[in-house]
Amino acid sequence: MAGPMARMMGQGGGPDSRSMDFKVSGKRLIGQFKPERLTIYTLLFCVVVSVGLNVIGPKILGKATDLVFAGIIGRQMPAGATKEEVLDSMRERGQGSVADMLRSTDFTPGKGIDFDAVGRVLLLALCTFLVAGLLMAVATRLVNRAVNRTMYRLREDVQAKLSRLPLSYFDKRQRGEVLSRATNDIDNIGQTLQQSMGQLINSVLTIIGVLAVMFWVSWLLALVALVTVPLSFVVATRIGKRSQPHFVQQWRSTGKLNAHIEEMYTGHTLVKVFGRQDESAKQFAEQNEALYEAGFKAQFNSGVMQPLMMFVSNLNYVLVAVVGGLRVASGALSIGDVQAFIQYSRQFSMPLTQVASMANLVQSGVASAERIFELLDAEEQEADPLPGAKPEELRGLVELENISFSYDPEKPLIENLSLKAEPGHTVAIVGPTGAGKTTLVNLLMRFYDVSGGRITLDGVDIATMSRDELRAQIGMVLQDTWLFGGTIAENIAYGASREVTRGEIEEAARAAHADRFVRTLPDGYDTVIDDEGTGVSAGEKQLITIARAFLSDPVILVLDEATSSVDTRTEVLIQKAMAKLAHGRTSFVIAHRLSTIRDADTILVMENGSIVEQGAHADLLAADGAYARLYKAQFAQAVAEVD
Amino acid sequence: MLIRLLRTYLRPYKKPIALLVLLQFLQTCATLYLPTLNAHIIDEGVVKGDTGYILSFGALMIGISLAQVVCNIGAVYYGARTAAALGRDVRAAVFDRVQSFSSREVGHFGAPSLITRTTNDVQQVQMLALMTFTLMVSAPIMCVGGIVLALGLDVPLSAVLVAVVPTLGICVTLIVRRLRPLFRSMQTRLDTVNRVLREQISGNRVIRAFVRDEYEQGRFGKANADLTEMSLKTGNLLALMFPVVMTTVNLSSIAVVWFGAHRIDSGGMQIGDLTAFLAYLMQIVMSVMMATFMFMMVPRAEVCAERIEEVLDTESSVVPPSAPVTELRRHGHLEIRGAGFRYPGAEEPVLKAIDLVARPGEVTAVIGSTGSGKSTLLGLVPRLFDATDGEVLVDGTDVSTLEPRLLAKTVGLVPQKPYLFAGTVATNLRYGNPDATDEELWHALEVAQAKEFVSRLEGGLNAPIAQGGTNVSGGQRQRLAIARTLVQRPEIYLFDDSFSALDYATDAALRAALAQETAEATVVIVAQRVATIRDADRIVVLDEGRVVGTGRHHELMAENETYREIVLSQLTEAEAA
Repeated sequence: MAGPMARMMGQGGGPDSRSMDFKVSGKRLIGQFKPERLTIYTLLFCVVVSVGLNVIGPKILGKATDLVFAGIIGRQMPAGATKEEVLDSMRERGQGSVADMLRSTDFTPGKGIDFDAVGRVLLLALCTFLVAGLLMAVATRLVNRAVNRTMYRLREDVQAKLSRLPLSYFDKRQRGEVLSRATNDIDNIGQTLQQSMGQLINSVLTIIGVLAVMFWVSWLLALVALVTVPLSFVVATRIGKRSQPHFVQQWRSTGKLNAHIEEMYTGHTLVKVFGRQDESAKQFAEQNEALYEAGFKAQFNSGVMQPLMMFVSNLNYVLVAVVGGLRVASGALSIGDVQAFIQYSRQFSMPLTQVASMANLVQSGVASAERIFELLDAEEQEADPLPGAKPEELRGLVELENISFSYDPEKPLIENLSLKAEPGHTVAIVGPTGAGKTTLVNLLMRFYDVSGGRITLDGVDIATMSRDELRAQIGMVLQDTWLFGGTIAENIAYGASREVTRGEIEEAARAAHADRFVRTLPDGYDTVIDDEGTGVSAGEKQLITIARAFLSDPVILVLDEATSSVDTRTEVLIQKAMAKLAHGRTSFVIAHRLSTIRDADTILVMENGSIVEQGAHADLLAADGAYARLYKAQFAQAVAEVD
Repeated sequence: MLIRLLRTYLRPYKKPIALLVLLQFLQTCATLYLPTLNAHIIDEGVVKGDTGYILSFGALMIGISLAQVVCNIGAVYYGARTAAALGRDVRAAVFDRVQSFSSREVGHFGAPSLITRTTNDVQQVQMLALMTFTLMVSAPIMCVGGIVLALGLDVPLSAVLVAVVPTLGICVTLIVRRLRPLFRSMQTRLDTVNRVLREQISGNRVIRAFVRDEYEQGRFGKANADLTEMSLKTGNLLALMFPVVMTTVNLSSIAVVWFGAHRIDSGGMQIGDLTAFLAYLMQIVMSVMMATFMFMMVPRAEVCAERIEEVLDTESSVVPPSAPVTELRRHGHLEIRGAGFRYPGAEEPVLKAIDLVARPGEVTAVIGSTGSGKSTLLGLVPRLFDATDGEVLVDGTDVSTLEPRLLAKTVGLVPQKPYLFAGTVATNLRYGNPDATDEELWHALEVAQAKEFVSRLEGGLNAPIAQGGTNVSGGQRQRLAIARTLVQRPEIYLFDDSFSALDYATDAALRAALAQETAEATVVIVAQRVATIRDADRIVVLDEGRVVGTGRHHELMAENETYREIVLSQLTEAEAA
C-alpha cells in the first residue's frame, strides 16, 4: 500500500543519496534508539505474536474449508460404513484417483457438514485475527512513539550542537548547506523512519512466518512458492538499478529547470530590460522538454515494478494452484491447505515488494543520517575555563597586546598588533570594502580566538573569561540586521538577559529614535516582523537593533555603520542613536562617516586584512600615509560640498 | 479548479488516455479472471481427480497472467507519458504567463511564490495525475468487476461483500478525514521548527553576542515538543489504518467461509467457488483501500491547482504592441509627458503628472526620499510598468508602441537590487550584448571600477558567479551590474540608486569614469546621496510622486525647500565635524 506511494514520491527525492559508509551510519542511526529499548522490545514482542497469529489464520480458515469439503463428501457416502470401506469400494469401482484424493480428507460417510465444528474453528480464527489486529495496532503505535521520541532527541542534539560549534564552522560553509542539514536531512530521517521502520519489521517477520508455515503445511508447495522469490528479487533489483540513473537524471533536470525558473523570476526585471525573453523562453523549453523525457523515463522504469511484481505473484498463484491441485488429486494434501497456500502466497509477495521498494527510502534516510552525524561530530569550540575569570571592576578598558591572528595559517592576517582603548573612548576602524574590518570585531567578541598575544578587558585576559561573561559586557549593532520572527517588542527585549517591562522597551526605543516609527505601524510594538518585511525598512530594522543594544546596557560597544541605501532621514536618526548609544562606553566602530572618524580617539586604518596605521585624526593626517590618502579620496569631496 | 485545470491540459491527450483506460480495464479483467479459473481447477480438476484438466487450465492461467502484465505495463507507459506531458504543458503555460507579466504582477505574487507555483505546485498536480493513471483508474473497475463476478458465483454470499465494502470505505474515510487536519497542523509545526533553526543559524553571531543561547534553546525546545506531540498524534491515528483494514479483510474471510459453508451445504455453490470468493474479496478490499488512500492526495493537489490557475488567470498589465514601431530616428531622446502611475484600487497614485526631458549628452538626476516613486518612474521607460496616465516617449515614439527588442536595445537600466545570474563574470557581462569582445568587457569593468577585483578573481572573466551573485560582495555586485549595462551600450542609461553600496572613493572614481564613457548618451540617475548627483545637468526633485522642483544644484539650493532639506540632512553631520 505504502509501497508504490513511497516509491513514486520518495525515491531519489531525498538529499544526496550517495553513501560513503552506509553500514556504520546505519548502525549508528539504529543506536539512536537505545533509550527506547523497553518500547522496542515490547513492540518486537507484539509484532512477533501478531505476525504469528496472522500467519496461522489462513491455516485455520483452511481447516474450516476442509470440514466443509469433508461434509460434502461424507453426505454422498452411505451412512454406517467406515471411511476405509468407502474408499476400498471406490477403488473396486475403478475410481482409484478420486479415492486417492479422498484419503487425506477426514470425512465420515453419511454425515453432512458439521456446522458445530466449522463454527468452532471459525471462532478460533476470529479470535486469532482479532488479537493479531489488536497487537498490530499496539505495535504500530509503539513504533510511532519510539521514532518520534528519537527524532525529538536528535533534533535537540543538533540544535545544541549548533550552539557549541565555533563560528568558523559556519563561516567556512555556505549557510544554506548547514541549514539543509539541520532541516532537510532531519526531516528526511524522520520520514524514513516513520514510514519504513514499522513496515520493515512487519514485512520481514511476515516473510519469515509465512515461509515457516508454508513448509509446515507442505514442503513441496513451499518450494514451488519459493521458486518465484529469487525472481521477485531479480525483478526488484534489476528495475531498481535500471531506474536509478533515470531518477538521478530526473532530479538533475528538475534542478536545472528550477534553477532557470528561479533565476528568470528573480531577475525578471533584467530579462525585460535586456530584452532576453526569447532566449529565456527557448532555454526553458529545452529544459522543460528534457525534464519531460527524464521524468517519463524515471516514472515508467520504476512504474513497471508494480506490474512485474504482480506478475510474479500471479505466477506464484498459478503454480500453487496447479501443483496444489495435483497434490490434492493424489491425496497428499487437503483442499483447505491449498486454499491456505494461495492466501499465503499472496501474503508472501506483498511484503517482498514492500521491502524491495523500501530499499531506496532507507538508503536516502541513511545518507541523511550520515550528514547529520558529520555535523554532530564536528569539532566544537574550546570549552570555557571553569570558573571563568572576572574583572574586579568593569570600566571598559580594552587592551590588545601583540596579538596575531589569521583565518588561514598560510596567510597571516594580523601580526603583533597592540592597541589600548581607554574606558569611554571610541576606536574607529576604517578602510576600503573587504579590508577585513570585521576581523577585529570577531576577536573582540571571541567569535574567533587570537593565535598570539592577548586581549584584556580591565586587566583580565578575555581568553580566561567565560564567553558568556565577556559577551554580556559587549553590545553589538551590525549593519546586517538580524531580527527573529516575533514582535518588535520581543525583538527589542532580546537585548536584556532578564525580564523587561513594556516601559523599559519603549524607553529603549525612544532612546534609539525607533519609538516614532514603531507607533506609526498598525500594531505598534506588537507588529510581527517576518521574512516578508511588514513595511519595516532596512534602516528602521537597524533602529530596532540599536534599541536592543540600549536595553542590554553594555560597557563596550561594537557598531557597524550603514553604507547601504537607507533613506536620508532614517540615516540621520541612526547616526544620532548610535552617537547616543556610544556615549560613555568604549566603542569600536566600523566607520564610514566622516564625523565618526574625526571624533574617534583612535583610528585604525586597515588594508588587505591588516592594520597599516593607527592614531588620532590629526596625527595620521600629518603622517601623510595611508590614512591621509584614504581621507583625501573619500572625504575631501564631502567636505567640499559643504562649502 | 483542479478538474478545470486537468480538463484543459489533458485535452490534447484524449487518445492515450482512452487507450490507458482500456488497458487498465483489460488488465483488471484478467486479474479478476484468475480466481475464476482457479475455482474451475478445484471443482472440475481437483474434486474429480482430472490431472489433465488441472494442467491445461494452469496453462490458461499463465496465459492470462501474461496478458495482464502486458496490459498493465502498457497502462503504466501511457500513464507515465501523459502525466509527464501534462506537467510539461502546465509548467510551460505558467512560465510563459509569468514571462509576460510586468514588474507589477511579479511584485503582486512575489518571485518566490511564483517559483513555487511553477515548480512544486505543478509537480504535485503531475504526481496526482500519475497516481490516478497508474493506480486509481483500476480501483473502481476492480471493485465493480469483483462484485459482478462475485454475484455471478453466488448471489446470497455476495451480501457479505455488500456489507464489507461500504464498512471498509467508511472506516478508512473516517480515519483519513481526521488525518487531514492533523497533517496540516503537523506541517505548520515542522515549518516552525525549521524557521527557528534557520534563524538560529543565520543569527548565530547576534545570539552569541547577546548571550541568549539558553533562551534560544528554550524556544527551540518548545517548537520541537509541539512538533513531536502533533507527530505522535498523527502517527497514532495512522497506526490504526493498516490493522483496521487487515482485520476487516480477515473477518470478512471468516464470514465468507461460514456463509459459504451453508451455501455449499444447501447445494447453492461449489467448493471451488469458496476459494475464488476469498480471492475476489481480497482484491476488492485492496482496491477500495487504495482509492480511499489516494483521495488523501486530492486536497493538496487542489490547493496547488488553485495557485496555478491564479497565475494563469492573471493578465499582464504591459501588453506588447500589435503593430510595433521597429525604427527610431533620433538617438536617445527621452521625454516623459504628464505621466502618472496608480495601482488599481489604490487611494493615492505612486506618480502624478510627471514631466521630464532628458537629452543625449546630458545627465538628469532624480532625488527624493524613500517612497517618492523614483524607481517606479525609471521603470516606466523600459516598460517594467506602463504609465496609467500620460505618455513616455523615446525619440518621439510612445514606448508602448515600440518593438520590445528595440526598446530593450535603446534603454539600459541598472536596477536598485543588482542581480547576477549563475555563470561566469563574462556570461553576466555579455547578457545584454552576446557579441561583445573580451576587450570591451575589460573596458566596461575598468569604467565600473571593477577591473581590479575581477582580475584578482581566480579565472578573471571566467570566474564563476553564483546564482544571484551571492559569492561577490554587495559593492562588487553593483559594479558588475553597471559594467553589464555598459557592455550593452544603450542610448539611454538609467541608474536606479546604483552606487549605494560603494564607498565614497569608489563612488567618485566610478562617476568620473562614467561621465566620459556616457558623454554622448542620455543618462538618468536616481540617488540618495547628494554627492552622487550634485554635478548633474538637471536635478529633478520628487516628493510623494510629484515633481516639486527642477534645476541645477545651486539653483535648487537657493529656491527649493525640499531639496535643501535633503541636502542639509546629509551634510550637517560633515559640517558639524
